[in-house]
Amino acid sequence: MNPKRSRFLFSVLCFGMAFLYVPMVLLIIYSFNNSKLVPIWGGFSLRWYKVLFQSEDVWAATALSFKIAFVNATFAVALGTLAGLALVRFGRFRGRTLFTGMITAPLVMPEVITGLSLLLLFIGLQGLIGWPSERGFTTITIAHITFSMAYVAVIIQSRLSGMQEDLEEAAQDLGAKPLRVLFDITLPLLAPGMLAGWLLAFTLSLDDLVIASFTTGPGSNTLPILIYSRIRLGLRPDINALATIIILAVTIGVIIFGWLMLRQQRQRERDMHEAAAS
Amino acid sequence: MAAAASHSIHDRPWLDPAQKPFIQIQGVSKQFGPFVAVDNVDLDIYRGELFSLLGGSGCGKTTLLRMIAGFETPTSGRIVIDGEDMSSVPPYDRPVNMMFQSYALFPHMTVEQNVAYGLKRDGVAKAEIQSRVNDMLGMVELTQFRKRKPHQLSGGQRQRVALARSLVKNPKVLLLDEPLGALDKRLREQTQYELMNIQDRLGVTFVVVTHDQEEAMTLSTRIAVMDQGYFQQIGTPTEIYEYPVTRFVANFIGSANMFEGRVASQEDEIAEVTVDTLPVPIRAEHAAPLAAGTRAWVAVRPEKVQLSREPFSQAGINMLEGQVEEIGYYGESSTYRIRINEDVRLEVTHPNLRRPRDGRHLAEWEDKVYVGWEPGAAVVLTS
Amino acid sequence: MAQGAFGRAIEKAQASWKFLVIFIPYAWLLIFFLAPFFMVLKISVAELRIASPPFTPLIATDAAGATIIRLVFDNFAYLWEDSLYLNTYLNSLKISTTSTLLCLLIGYPIAYAIVRSTPTTRNILLLLIILPFWTSFLLRVYAWMGLLADQGTINNLLIWLGVIDSPIRMLYTEFAVYIGIVYTYLPFMILPLYANMEKLDMSLLEAASDLGARPAVTFLTVTLPMTVPGIVAGSLLVFIPATGEYVIPDLLGGGNVLMIGRVLYNEFNANTDWPVASAVAIVLLLLLVLPMMLYQHIQSKEASS
Repeated sequence: MNPKRSRFLFSVLCFGMAFLYVPMVLLIIYSFNNSKLVPIWGGFSLRWYKVLFQSEDVWAATALSFKIAFVNATFAVALGTLAGLALVRFGRFRGRTLFTGMITAPLVMPEVITGLSLLLLFIGLQGLIGWPSERGFTTITIAHITFSMAYVAVIIQSRLSGMQEDLEEAAQDLGAKPLRVLFDITLPLLAPGMLAGWLLAFTLSLDDLVIASFTTGPGSNTLPILIYSRIRLGLRPDINALATIIILAVTIGVIIFGWLMLRQQRQRERDMHEAAAS
Repeated sequence: MAAAASHSIHDRPWLDPAQKPFIQIQGVSKQFGPFVAVDNVDLDIYRGELFSLLGGSGCGKTTLLRMIAGFETPTSGRIVIDGEDMSSVPPYDRPVNMMFQSYALFPHMTVEQNVAYGLKRDGVAKAEIQSRVNDMLGMVELTQFRKRKPHQLSGGQRQRVALARSLVKNPKVLLLDEPLGALDKRLREQTQYELMNIQDRLGVTFVVVTHDQEEAMTLSTRIAVMDQGYFQQIGTPTEIYEYPVTRFVANFIGSANMFEGRVASQEDEIAEVTVDTLPVPIRAEHAAPLAAGTRAWVAVRPEKVQLSREPFSQAGINMLEGQVEEIGYYGESSTYRIRINEDVRLEVTHPNLRRPRDGRHLAEWEDKVYVGWEPGAAVVLTS
Repeated sequence: MAQGAFGRAIEKAQASWKFLVIFIPYAWLLIFFLAPFFMVLKISVAELRIASPPFTPLIATDAAGATIIRLVFDNFAYLWEDSLYLNTYLNSLKISTTSTLLCLLIGYPIAYAIVRSTPTTRNILLLLIILPFWTSFLLRVYAWMGLLADQGTINNLLIWLGVIDSPIRMLYTEFAVYIGIVYTYLPFMILPLYANMEKLDMSLLEAASDLGARPAVTFLTVTLPMTVPGIVAGSLLVFIPATGEYVIPDLLGGGNVLMIGRVLYNEFNANTDWPVASAVAIVLLLLLVLPMMLYQHIQSKEASS
């Protein structure tokens, strides 16, 4: 490649990465600031971590968020996998077009609309059948499942259509009945996709503010709702400390995950290379 | 047909009226929407045959195979295997196994687990599974690779796992979808003979789908040539090659020089055909009587045409004069394109029995030559 | 084979199993996706009243006891007449369109640079692009509050360098909203572009230059046309959510930047005018329905290929 162009591309990359990461790095640095005013450096200190850990609100909100994220991810994977299977493996069935529409629409639906509509449904249902009697864990989880399952379905769909159908046919040919094929062949091969879907659904749920704000009730604060209510009023060093913990946790997680994937891929390539040589 | 007379009926069950067909395909059609993939075909395959379905892509051969396996349901007609109607039998209950074109090895299972999978589904006892898997892996020489996963195997090894997996259940019929398609040329030849050996040893009926005519010719007891959903011809490799019954077959298997004309007369099994573009009428074999004036094509294989720089002795029958226009030198043989006149070119293949003398081959560019063939070396086709 | 009662039972079980696979997610979506949508539609044609629920019912009985269906389109007329709403819609579209273009302008060369780097670097760069997506969106917006505030890092730095004497107002302006949207949605632009460019056959570029095209010409006549699918997908992924964005205008724009997501949220929570909030939502959906359908079309084409 010509050197002028590669220099241009290199500077573009540097600029892009700086744009993405400088704000986060500053966020982390200020979490160790002794001063109460975030942007003014007052020496190194861990006092905001102490404040954070002593805040019962933060602990409660974290617990609630994780509980919702966990239940959401599990249900979303179950429902999304079923939806993906139905879309790729069952051919045409009545109402398929509507089904496809409903699966992909939540991916692009503005959050405010999803949130508003679900809240109106919950209120309507409450008036009609008395359920849900109060809003909180259950309603937020249901709302999250509804949009998370769409993401899972898309992942499963793309994995399934990349997977040759003849593996499933071969199992049948060898005497496995359809349900057996599902458990012996289809689901094991989908497992990586389901894991990816689970992680994605978990993260989406942990990250959601708008839909949770609509569907929550008094006293049920998720972590984003809590953070939001604090930073609306301005900069808060304890939130910097919280951000640092979250960013580090995610970074470590992603690095480990990426490293494992890379190692597996390398191993696979080595295996294939050896097999071809044998 | 005449060629069959010298063989015993034991090798050729389809000639024995007392034999019962093992697979009967009766009036089977398959439509996908408006597209007719298989069009009302009938076929009998006998026990122990190595039967090939040969045709180009989209001819319906794979659809037919998948109907035998049970992955597709015939739109009409029925398939009977060993006297049992398969119409309502799902794939997992059929006494047939299939070797997939992609091999379809389960990537999350080892070689051993792949081979054992079918036996487990049948509820075979553990010890028996172990011994049968061992036998099978021994037969395909993969015992040392038993613990490997499919991605750790070479193409040829994967093919053998697939074969072992589909044979271990002792199916009545083994269906093979392009069994050698994914292998390179050298491995293909070797594997081809292995397949024939195994088939011979186990006596399983093989039905092979292939688009490769050479593969079909060397492997099969009989071949069905398919085009656009139906059979053009069913016969032994020799019959198909030497006595094609349609122009499609003559062109699809090997190559042929083709002349279009009208039947002038017929005597015994030799018909005389007038071709507008040729100065003399030509003669070729046709068993059934033909009415004069019938539209007909004469097909003659390039290697059955004699080539000489001198006129032949047989006084002009099927002899044409021409000029060498193109020479393709293949080492063991050469192919010459002879220009007869403005409209007609003839392909002639000749084995290079001798080395060229003084750098000259049998014929050289622009040489004036004579070409011709025995009437019995060519066939008359009416469709 | 003769089919016994057992065989039929198995077949039936299998049929019902297939039915369940479709039915469970289907039912879930009907109840929690489609039904809520009709609730919004219903309430958007109701009238505000001081009661619980705070809107008039769709089907009611009049004084004579006859059933009547009440459709009130006043809410929509109100949105049209009140210049606040009209301006807010237009401003939202302006901000989301501009941000999409900015994302494309920045994201395209980044995606291109990633594709052209060596495999190992490429994996690391991709990881770096995806990583922010897994961290909290809210906290990344918050990071910019610290940078852009009057006493924020950027102002402090510029004053310290002597470039300016007094802080420039950046936080709570439209500028901050642009920064926030571009920052948040840039990965959504880069990833589809990368996926598209990765499939691009590099020998095509070589063929173009072999046939005498200069680099700029090659880019305009080969690279750009062939990456249109990526450009469209990435742009939609930025444009659609940006139009309805609530958090960014609220945190970085304060009260000064009008965006429809924020108006909707406030209409619902602060004013508890459900009918108007629903009408706002319906109109927003109508604005976005075309790009959303386009995106779905691309998605399903991608899934089937």
